[in-house]
Amino acid sequence: MLILIPLLPFIAFLINILFGRRFIRDRAHYVSIPAVVGSFILSVGAFMDVLDGRVINVNLYEWVISGSFVVPVGFLIDQLTAIMLIVVTSISSLIFIYSVGYMHGDRGYYRFFAYLSLFVFSMLVLVMSNNFLLLYFGWEAVGLCSYLLIGFWYERPSASNAGKKAFIVNRFGDFGFGLGIILIFLTFGSLEYLKVFSEAGSILGQKTSIFGLEVETITLICLLLFCGAVGKSAQIPLHVWLPDAMEGPTPVSALIHAATMVTAGVFMVARCNPLFNLSHTAMTTVAVVGGVTAIFAASIGLVQNDIKRIIAYSTVSQLGYMFLALGVGAYTAGIFHLYTHAYFKALLFLGSGSVIHALHDEMNIQRMGGLKRYMPITYWTFVIASLSISGIPGLAGFFSKDEILYRTFLGGGTGKILWVLGTIAALMTAFYSFRLIYLAFHGDFRGSEEQLRHVHESPPVMTIPLILLAIGAIAAGWVGIPSIFMEHGDRIGEFLAPVLGRPEAEGAHSTEVMVMTLSVIVSIIGILMAYIMYVKKTDLPERMGSALRPIYTMLYNKYWFDEFYHVTIVRPVLRASEKVFLGFFDGRIIEGVVNGVPDLIGSFSQRFRRIQTGLLSSYGLIMVLGAIIIIWAVIFSR
Amino acid sequence: MNNALMNQLGYPVLTVTVFLPLFGAILLLFIRGKEAIRWITLLVTTLTLLVAFPLLSNFNKDTHLMQFVERHEWLPSWGINYFVGIDGISILFIFLTILLSILSVLVSWRAIDTKVREFHIAMLLMETAMLGVFVSLDFFLFYVFWEAMLIPMFILIGVWGGKDRVYAAIKFFLYTLAGSVLMLVGIVVLYFKGGETLNILELSRIRYPFLLQCWLFLAFFVAFAVKVPMFPVHTWLPDAHTEAPTAGSVILAGVLIKMGAYGFLRFSIPMFPDATRFFAPVIVVLSVVAIIYGALVCFAQKDMKRLIAYSSVSHMGFVTLGIFSLNSQGLEGGILQMLNHGIVTGALFLLVGIIYERTHSRMIADYGRFATLVPWYAGIFMIFTLASIGLPGTNGFIGEFLIILGAFTSHREFGVLAAIGIILGAGYMLWLYQRVFFTHQSTVVRDNHEILDLNKREAITLLPLILFVFWIGIHPNTFLDYMHTSVEHLIRQVNITDTPGTFAEYINLIGGYR
Amino acid sequence: MVPLSWYILLSTVVFGIGVIGFIIRRNLIMIFLSIELMLNSVNISLAAFSHYLQSMTGQILVFFVITVAAAEAAIGLAIIIALYRHKPSITAEEVNLLKG
Repeated sequence: MLILIPLLPFIAFLINILFGRRFIRDRAHYVSIPAVVGSFILSVGAFMDVLDGRVINVNLYEWVISGSFVVPVGFLIDQLTAIMLIVVTSISSLIFIYSVGYMHGDRGYYRFFAYLSLFVFSMLVLVMSNNFLLLYFGWEAVGLCSYLLIGFWYERPSASNAGKKAFIVNRFGDFGFGLGIILIFLTFGSLEYLKVFSEAGSILGQKTSIFGLEVETITLICLLLFCGAVGKSAQIPLHVWLPDAMEGPTPVSALIHAATMVTAGVFMVARCNPLFNLSHTAMTTVAVVGGVTAIFAASIGLVQNDIKRIIAYSTVSQLGYMFLALGVGAYTAGIFHLYTHAYFKALLFLGSGSVIHALHDEMNIQRMGGLKRYMPITYWTFVIASLSISGIPGLAGFFSKDEILYRTFLGGGTGKILWVLGTIAALMTAFYSFRLIYLAFHGDFRGSEEQLRHVHESPPVMTIPLILLAIGAIAAGWVGIPSIFMEHGDRIGEFLAPVLGRPEAEGAHSTEVMVMTLSVIVSIIGILMAYIMYVKKTDLPERMGSALRPIYTMLYNKYWFDEFYHVTIVRPVLRASEKVFLGFFDGRIIEGVVNGVPDLIGSFSQRFRRIQTGLLSSYGLIMVLGAIIIIWAVIFSR
Repeated sequence: MNNALMNQLGYPVLTVTVFLPLFGAILLLFIRGKEAIRWITLLVTTLTLLVAFPLLSNFNKDTHLMQFVERHEWLPSWGINYFVGIDGISILFIFLTILLSILSVLVSWRAIDTKVREFHIAMLLMETAMLGVFVSLDFFLFYVFWEAMLIPMFILIGVWGGKDRVYAAIKFFLYTLAGSVLMLVGIVVLYFKGGETLNILELSRIRYPFLLQCWLFLAFFVAFAVKVPMFPVHTWLPDAHTEAPTAGSVILAGVLIKMGAYGFLRFSIPMFPDATRFFAPVIVVLSVVAIIYGALVCFAQKDMKRLIAYSSVSHMGFVTLGIFSLNSQGLEGGILQMLNHGIVTGALFLLVGIIYERTHSRMIADYGRFATLVPWYAGIFMIFTLASIGLPGTNGFIGEFLIILGAFTSHREFGVLAAIGIILGAGYMLWLYQRVFFTHQSTVVRDNHEILDLNKREAITLLPLILFVFWIGIHPNTFLDYMHTSVEHLIRQVNITDTPGTFAEYINLIGGYR
Repeated sequence: MVPLSWYILLSTVVFGIGVIGFIIRRNLIMIFLSIELMLNSVNISLAAFSHYLQSMTGQILVFFVITVAAAEAAIGLAIIIALYRHKPSITAEEVNLLKG
C-alpha cells in the first residue's frame, strides 16, 4: 500500500506525458487530481499508522550493489515523514484543483499536470526514502521538476533562463550534498538512515583530512549535507535562484517554491538531527545562515514591486527562520513552522495568482490598487495569510514563529543575537506583507482602463482552494499550542519527539511570555508602519526612498548578488572556455603539436625534394661520385 | 589451465557472432538495389544479436575465468593461436556493440544515399572488428582486430563525412596509428619476455620486473590513451565526430573510444599491476583534468556535434578516473559508465543526426524554440540530456556516483574535483538544450515550417536506448552483476604486491636507493 | 701471353668512356650505349680474371651479365620507343617527370 503513495502520481505522470498531447489534452486533471487525492488519503492512512509511535521501514529491492556499497530502494515512515506526507499531499491536492482554473486554456495544459504529478512523486520519494541515496534521487528529481516547471513557458527567454539557473545553482549545493553522502558511506559503511543514526555517536572525535585540512568527520559531513540544504532551500549564498523561479506558473510557485520542495532542505537537516546534534560547529553554521538569511531576504522584500517576488523573498526569509530553529536544536519548531508555513505561503501565492489571473498577467503592485472591491474572497484570504505570516496571535504562523523565536532566545549568546535578527525580520515581514496588501488591494486602481474593465473574482475552482488553505492558515497552528496556554497543547511536539527529540533547555514561563509579547508588538508595529506609509501618507515612501537612496538602491538591487556571481563565476567560465581552453590550449598548444609535426616533416621534404632533379645525367654523376667515394673508403680505410 | 576455461555451449558461439557480420559484408557484394542492401544489413546485424543471446543466458556470473573459450592453432611456429573468450567485463561490450550497430544501420536508412553498398559493407566490417577486439585472448589476433577497426572507420569518415572529412579522417588515422605502433612494440617485447607466447592469459600471469612493467605500461598507455581519448591527446575526437556521418559518430562514441578503457582493464591493469599502482595517481590527475577541461571547452562550442564530442572527453575522464581508482566501486562505476556513455552519447549523436537530416545544420545558433515544433523529439532529447548530466534515476547517475565514490575513497581530493565536472556538465548541457529548444526562433526554424517530428523508424531507433537509460538507472544490478566477480579478480590481481604501493612510497624508495 | 694488367687497363678505359658518356651525353640512345659499354668492360675484366685464376666462375658471371644486359636492352629500348611516341625527342633533360 505504501508504495502506492508515490506511485499514483507517477502513473498519472506517465499517462499524461505519453497520451496527453494526442488524447487527453485539457482533460489532464481527470488523471492527475484523483491520483494526488488518492495519495493524500493513503498518506492519512500512513499517518494513522504511525500515530502510536510505530515506525515502518520496508526495503523494496537492492538498488545498487558494488563491492561493499549496497543501497536499497526502501521506505521509512516515521512521524516526521508522516507530517511531510500530509503537508505534501494535502497542499498538492488543493493546488492541483486550483490549477484547473488557473491553467485553463493553456496550450501545455497536459504537460503542466504531467510535470506537477512527477513533482509530487519525486517529493514523496524524497520524504519517504529510508536511505541517503534515494533521498538524493528525490532531491534531484524535484529539482528537475522545478526546472521543467519554472521554464514551463519556455518561449520566454527569462523563464528558460530562470529554470536553468535554478538547476545549476542547485547543482552547486548538490555538489556538497553528494560528497556528504559519499563521506557518510565511507564513515559508516552504509547509507540507511537507521543504521547511520544508530552509529552516529561512535565516530565522535574522528578526523578526516582533506586538501591539507584536518576536520572533524562529523562536522564535515554535516556541513556538506547542509550545502545541499542551502541550495535547495535557497539560503544565502545560494538563494539567487528562488526569486527568478517566479517565472513559472503561480501554482508551481505555491507548491514547489513555497510549500514543499524548498522545505526539503529543512526536512533533510531535521531528518539528520542525530548527526547534526553531534557537531556544535555545524549547528551554529545552520543557525547563523538561517538567521542571516531571514533578515537579509526580508530586507530585500521591503522594496520589491513584483507581487510574486515579494512573496518569494518572504519564502526565503521564512526558510531562514526554519533553519534558525534547526540550528538552535529546536527541530520540532522548525518542522512546525515548515508545516504552518506551507499553508499560509501557498495561500499567499495562490492569492497572488488569483490577482495576476484577474489582471491578465500584471505582476507589478505599483500598477494595482483597490482590488478589495472586485475580489473579496481573494482579498480576505490574502489578509488571513498575511496576518498569519506576521504572527498575529491565534493564527497558525503565530504559534510556530513564536516557538522559533523563543527557542532561539534560549540558545545562549549567539542565540540572543540571532533572536534579535529574527525579531527584526519579523518586523520587516509584517511590514512588507501589509505593504503588499495596501498597495494591491486598497486605494485606487493604478493599472490601465482595459485591465479594470476585466477585473473579476476568480472562479470557484480557484477560490475554494483559497478558502480551504485559509482555514489551514488559521487552524494549522492549533496543534502546537505552547504549554503556558494549554496543558499538552503542543501535540505536534509530542508527536515528533521520537524522531526529533525534545529541546533540552526549558526557560521560565515569564521569558516565554516576554518573547511572545515582544514579537507580537513588533508585528503590529510593522503592520502600522505599512498602514501609515501606504494608506495615510502615501508620499512618505517616495521621500524615504530618496532620503535613504544608497540603502534603497542596495535593497532594490538585491545586494547585487546576481551581478556578483555573473562577474565572478559565469563570465570567467565562459571567457576561459572560449579564449583560454578552446582558443589557447586546444587551438594553439595541442593542435599546434598535432599539426606541427606533419608540418615539420612537410617542410623538410620541401627542402629535400630539390635533390630530385629528374635529370638522368645528374643522377649518374652522383652515382659515380658515390661509387668513387666508396672505393676510396674501401682502399684507404685499411 | 585449459580445464579451467570453458565453453558451456557445444558450438563456437563467439566465432559465429564475430564473423557473422563479415559474412554479411561478403554477401552484400552480390546484392543489387539500395533497399535490399539496407534490409539485408539490418537482418544481419539483428541476426548477430540473436546469435549472441545464448552468451547472456549461459553466462556464469560466479567465475572470473574466461567463458565460451575457443582455441585453435594458427601460426604454431610463432606461438600464435586463434584464441577467443569473454568474461564479465567484455560481455556487456559485446552487446553494446551489437546494439549500436543495429541502430546505426537504422539511422542511416535515409541519411546515406550514395555508395550505399560500400557504406554497409564498411559498417559490417567495423562490427566484426569491434567484436573481435572484445573477444580476443591472443595478442596477435587482438592487434589484427585493433588495427582492422581503423580502416572501415577511416573510410566511413573520409567518404560519407562532412566538409572537412579528409582532414578529420587522416587525423583520426594517424593519431590512433601513432599510438598503436607503440603498443606493437610493447607486444613484441612481451612476446620475448613472456616466454615466446602471445596468449594474453598466460602473459597476465607473469610478474615482470618493475622497470620493464613501467616501460610496457607506458607503451600500452599511449595507445589506449589516444583511443579513450585522454587529455591531452583528445583533439582528434572533435574533428572526427563532427565530420563523421551519424552512424560513424555513434559507433565512434559508442564503441570505438571504449576500446582504450577496455585495454586498460584487459591488459594494463592485470599485466602490469605494479606499474599501474605507480602511475595511477598520474592518470587520476589526467582524468580530472580531462573532466574539467572537457566540460569547460563545451561552453565555447557552437556546433552541436562538437559540443557532444567534447562532453565525451569529460565523460571518458570519469571512466578513466573510476578505473584507476582501483577499487570495486570505481572500477564497476567506470565499466558501467562506459556502457552509459555509449548509450547516452550514442543517442545524442543519433538525435543530432536526425535533426540534421531535416535542417542541414549543426550550428546551435540556427536552432531555437524547437520544443514547439518537434515535441517528441524535444522530450527524448531531454531524457538523454538528463542522463548525460547524471540525474538520479538515469544511468548516468549510477556510473558517476560510483566513480566519485571510488575516486573519493582512493584519492579524496580528486574525487572532490571530479564532482565539479558534474556541475559544469549540467551547465553546458542545459544551456545547449535551452538554445536549441527554448527561447527565440532562429531564421532557419522560421523558414522551415515543414520540420517533422520523429517518424516511426527514428522512434524505434531511440526506444531501446531510452529503455536502457532507465533500466540501468533504476535497476543497475542487472548489469553490475555480470562484472562483480571479474572486477573482484582484477582488484586481487592489481593488489598482489611485494613492492610498496603508493606513489609517495615509490618516491621514498627511489630516494632510499640514492 | 698478354699480362693481366693490360686487360684490366683496357677494361678501366672502356668503363671510363662508358661513365663519361653516361654523364655527358644527352641522347638517351647514347646513354644506353654507354651503359652497355660499362657492362662490357666488366665482362672483359671478368673473363680475364677467369682465365688468370683458372676458375669458371668468372665466365659464368659473364653469361649472367650478358643475359641481364640483353633483357635490359630490350626493356630500355622499349621504354625509349614508348617515350618517343609521346615526345618528339629523346633528349634526357626533357624526360624529367620524376622531378620532385
